[in-house]
Amino acid sequence: MKILAILAVLVLALAAPFVVYPVFLMKALCFALFACAFNLLVGYVGLLSFGHACFFGGASYVTAHAVKVWGWPTEIGILAGAGAAMVMGTVFGALAIRRQGIYFAMVTLALAQMVYFFALQAPFTGGEDGIQSVPRRPLLGFISIADNVTLYFFVLAICIAGFLLIYRTIYSPFGQVLKAIRENEPRAISLGYDVDRYKLLAFILSATLAGLAGGTKAIVFGLASLTDVQWQMSGEVVLMSLIGGIGTVAGPVVGAFVIVTMQNYLAETGEWVLVIQGVIFVIMVLLFRRGVVGEILAWWSRHGARATGPAKPSAAPAE
Amino acid sequence: MIFELLGVPPQALFGQLLLGLINGAFYAMLSLGLAVIFGLMNVINFTHGAQYMMGAFVAWLGLKYLGVNYWLALVLAPIVVGASGIILEQLLLKRLYHLDHLYGLLLTFGLALIIEGLFRHQYGSSGQPYAIPDALKGSQNLGFMFLPNYRAWVVVGSLIFCLGTWFVIERTKLGAYLRAATENPQLVRAFGINVPRMIMLTYGFGVGLAALAGVMAAPIQQVNPLMGSNLMVVVFAVVVIGGMGSIMGSIVTGFALGVVEGLTKVFYPEASNTVIFVIMAIVLLIKPAGLFGRTR
Repeated sequence: MKILAILAVLVLALAAPFVVYPVFLMKALCFALFACAFNLLVGYVGLLSFGHACFFGGASYVTAHAVKVWGWPTEIGILAGAGAAMVMGTVFGALAIRRQGIYFAMVTLALAQMVYFFALQAPFTGGEDGIQSVPRRPLLGFISIADNVTLYFFVLAICIAGFLLIYRTIYSPFGQVLKAIRENEPRAISLGYDVDRYKLLAFILSATLAGLAGGTKAIVFGLASLTDVQWQMSGEVVLMSLIGGIGTVAGPVVGAFVIVTMQNYLAETGEWVLVIQGVIFVIMVLLFRRGVVGEILAWWSRHGARATGPAKPSAAPAE
Repeated sequence: MIFELLGVPPQALFGQLLLGLINGAFYAMLSLGLAVIFGLMNVINFTHGAQYMMGAFVAWLGLKYLGVNYWLALVLAPIVVGASGIILEQLLLKRLYHLDHLYGLLLTFGLALIIEGLFRHQYGSSGQPYAIPDALKGSQNLGFMFLPNYRAWVVVGSLIFCLGTWFVIERTKLGAYLRAATENPQLVRAFGINVPRMIMLTYGFGVGLAALAGVMAAPIQQVNPLMGSNLMVVVFAVVVIGGMGSIMGSIVTGFALGVVEGLTKVFYPEASNTVIFVIMAIVLLIKPAGLFGRTR
């Protein structure tokens, strides 16, 4: 059952660029990886970061600058972006995990705003214009990615690698400890786990993968801009996870596709996008806290499908 | 003079100091409202910035369409916006008290998006000017600088409102109930005090305080749908620095950080946007609970 579903998604992903506009798909994939990285933190450690845009957007600046100004190859540029996000994640994570719950959200939000002001003022980021027309250099020096479909498969490969890493993390002993921290932090401490170290590692991993998504997005659009480091972007990734289902593996992917599709159709309506996003936030929080995927899983397990295994939707980010 | 030794003309120094005090006044009023709401409800009110903006808009709309003057707006806007806050609390927020506090944060964030989006749709992103009331036009010559009357009023007025709030919460019987309900709502209810109603009114009061700050800000900044959201991020940092444990702590931290920001503008302007966040990082390293905070 599970294998069939995975195969179906894979076939769909391989066929999609021939049916749907590849740039749209690549955008959705980048946001899906971003949302999964974010969900690793909120869904499995119970830490709600409200500043993940700084890793996503920060990495896109680094990638764009490295490829455009320094002339680095595409793949090294993306890695540089992810590396920069990793460094930022280490510093910000070390600071933010000193507080919990609501304070953690506020601290990450404030730290991310610092990155925003840096991007606004620093000479190399191009201020309001951003870094434009980043070239798509051939992969490994000989595979041209000027064509959108070719680039799509490259982006798909990156995202699948990211998803697999997250999946592996969640179901590893390390991931079990993270969940233990989410459920009951004092208990995890009393069992002898160095909780802060686990939290920090999860934070760094999440930041790095968010950076990987951001760097890839900079290559796809040939652009790094302030939109990606604004706090509104941090809010958007929260919304993606919330729609799909916080603490479910596939939820953030679904949420990302929903939001990106919605933005695509509502782009001309201007401010209504904000209003609709707000309304979705309110509805999800009040009525469907488990998200789309979480609700489906809950319905599934209620209706006696015993064969589905241990895919237990998590109810809430723990205190 | 020491100022000349530092290579800064006193005019610029005092000018920025005053600007810093004014910003500090808004930080103090907004973080005070957040602290009062958080204390009783354990909800961090992300809508606060939008409600501050609503206060300014109620004043501007009132003046434009109904001829409501500044002083009347100072009374009416907090009541109107506070009432709208109470409606939100009764209809939506109330349903989340039994859940993780993070859901309250997400809900109020969604509400902020809705309110801001609606105002932007209606009034665009450009600012609307709001005239300084006649009684506060002009300025005083203090010898070393000119002090505009309105700005002096903002600093003094916000101090009065902040200290008034402190007095009510820390020194009156009503405040004692409030503090008791913060510590142990169950027990206070057992004594026959209507805690849910108190929570409702507290939320309305905190929101009203934000709206009051909005009215006071209207003549200084342009009345603009985005005026609240960017300010809010700074106010959150202020709240982390001060810790939400104490009312006086919020007031002092708010004003002090405004002044620090103003001084940074004089001596190292590039860092003026980020100095508060840097201070927050330092405070987190040294005293994670915040300067006046208690660990809960």
